[in-house]
Amino acid sequence: MSTRSSTLTGRIMSAPSIIALFLWMIVPLGMTIYFSFLRYNLLSPGMEEWVGTLNYEFFLTDPAFFASLANTLLLVGSVLVITVVGGVLLGLMLDQPIFGRGILRLLVIAPFFIMPTVNALVWKNLLMHPVSGMFAWIANSLGFQSIDWFSEAPLTAIIIMVSWQWLPFAVLILLTALQSLDRDQKEAAQMDGAGPVSIFFYITLPHLSRAITVVVLIETIFLLTVFAEIFVTTGGGPGLATTNIAFLVYTQALLQYDIGGASAGGIVAVVLANIVAIFLIRLIGKNLDR
Amino acid sequence: MENKQTALGHIGFSIFAWIVGLLIFFPIFWMVLTSFKTELEAVSIPPSFMSFDWTLENYAEVQARSDYFRFAMNSVILSVGSTLVGLLFAVPCAWAMAFNPTKRTKDALLWMLSTKMMPPVGVLVPIYLVFRDWGLLDTRFGLIMVLFLMNLPIMVWMLYTYFKEIPSDILEAARMDGATLPKEIIFVLLPMAVPGIASTMLLNIILAWNEAFWTLNLTTADAAPLTAFIASYSSPEGLFWAKLSAASTMAVAPILIIGWFSQKQLVRGLTFGAVK
Repeated sequence: MSTRSSTLTGRIMSAPSIIALFLWMIVPLGMTIYFSFLRYNLLSPGMEEWVGTLNYEFFLTDPAFFASLANTLLLVGSVLVITVVGGVLLGLMLDQPIFGRGILRLLVIAPFFIMPTVNALVWKNLLMHPVSGMFAWIANSLGFQSIDWFSEAPLTAIIIMVSWQWLPFAVLILLTALQSLDRDQKEAAQMDGAGPVSIFFYITLPHLSRAITVVVLIETIFLLTVFAEIFVTTGGGPGLATTNIAFLVYTQALLQYDIGGASAGGIVAVVLANIVAIFLIRLIGKNLDR
Repeated sequence: MENKQTALGHIGFSIFAWIVGLLIFFPIFWMVLTSFKTELEAVSIPPSFMSFDWTLENYAEVQARSDYFRFAMNSVILSVGSTLVGLLFAVPCAWAMAFNPTKRTKDALLWMLSTKMMPPVGVLVPIYLVFRDWGLLDTRFGLIMVLFLMNLPIMVWMLYTYFKEIPSDILEAARMDGATLPKEIIFVLLPMAVPGIASTMLLNIILAWNEAFWTLNLTTADAAPLTAFIASYSSPEGLFWAKLSAASTMAVAPILIIGWFSQKQLVRGLTFGAVK
């Protein structure tokens, strides 16, 4: 009963949201693209001039860009591997009958609800501090040298913190997917003499493939712009060791006031994220048709 | 005999699972424990697990020294405010998409979700400059707008999936009885959708409460929520671990409780229905 008037009402009702999102994303994005072609520094106002692709040339040939691109990819890749592998294992574990499974599940999921700044500072101080941290004490009592995480392995430290935060997300989604697995299929395979390993590889893993794809895509989008964890622990350092693209853009814009360069960097980040987003949108779109 | 063996295996596996679970939870447990220690005990080696003088001093100190509740109030105002504004925009939009779909509804929905995939650094510069020029930096109003817009796609999406589950016959019946559109939405649709709306709100409060890109970049003091307050503990001068732990415990406790109640909705909201 989609009459013309109800279509019109529908448009009117959805217009505010669509206009608001348009103003919030598309207009600023257009401004970023425009700024990225300007020489524009906040310290010298009124001196803006069109410089073509110069900002991109500077940004893309800056050694800091390559360092931060490498850091970004390393961070995203490592966290993805850790959370997906860990998520599958923990998901399988929580899918078994365990005493107090409900409570156990709450404990495993809890890190996802911890705000990033708390996560970062608790790990940096209480756990990873080279003298008084928990890890240092454990290492020392086992007869090892303690590691000064944030000067010896700063990116690893960030990877550990971010993985801890995102592991529950993977667990939640993979567990949801596992619970929709057809029990009969598994039992039939067991009757036919399939062991747990072949059941995992031939039944469980194919069933999970879709959920794993979703986890990878969504996490990638959020992990490409990890910011708070770096902001409160290392500030991108030492040197550029923990600067990712998001943090590099932030330093150029709000610390060096180089609006043109930062905008070019922002556009590079958008392009990177869009490569992933295209796949995700397709997947969601297919699901909407069902 | 075999039963006994499986029972033993069951117990063994449970123990193993609990050890893994407790290890994952350990940082949070340790943070809460440290918040009850004195500063001296917080950094002592070997760390004390239970045998220390439990104290509530840190909680009082955090409030007295840095006016904790002002930041907590900001967090509450920002997360609840952005959620309520979001509902005002998202409910009509989700209603239209669920009950008056057109050919382009699907595209509109996908486009909304795609804005969520834009990295915030892509628009940091213009948003920062516009905020500076309009005097919105470090204001609650400005941040409520940012957080509301950031979560609007998720809100529309979640409400849309919940509204889809409501049979449209009921709404049509109300229309036949002469209900106007606002009445139809407020008195017929919303009461039926209460559980869905509630979980949408909870998820949005969680996301807004923990948001730490815009809150760190656009606030300094007046509108700063707990994310920014905790970040101020990163300064190298003086290590106040017990106070940091107390402040952190208070900052995460409410959201942890809300989060535990809305696990299922989390999957629905954050995967945009791609996993069921």
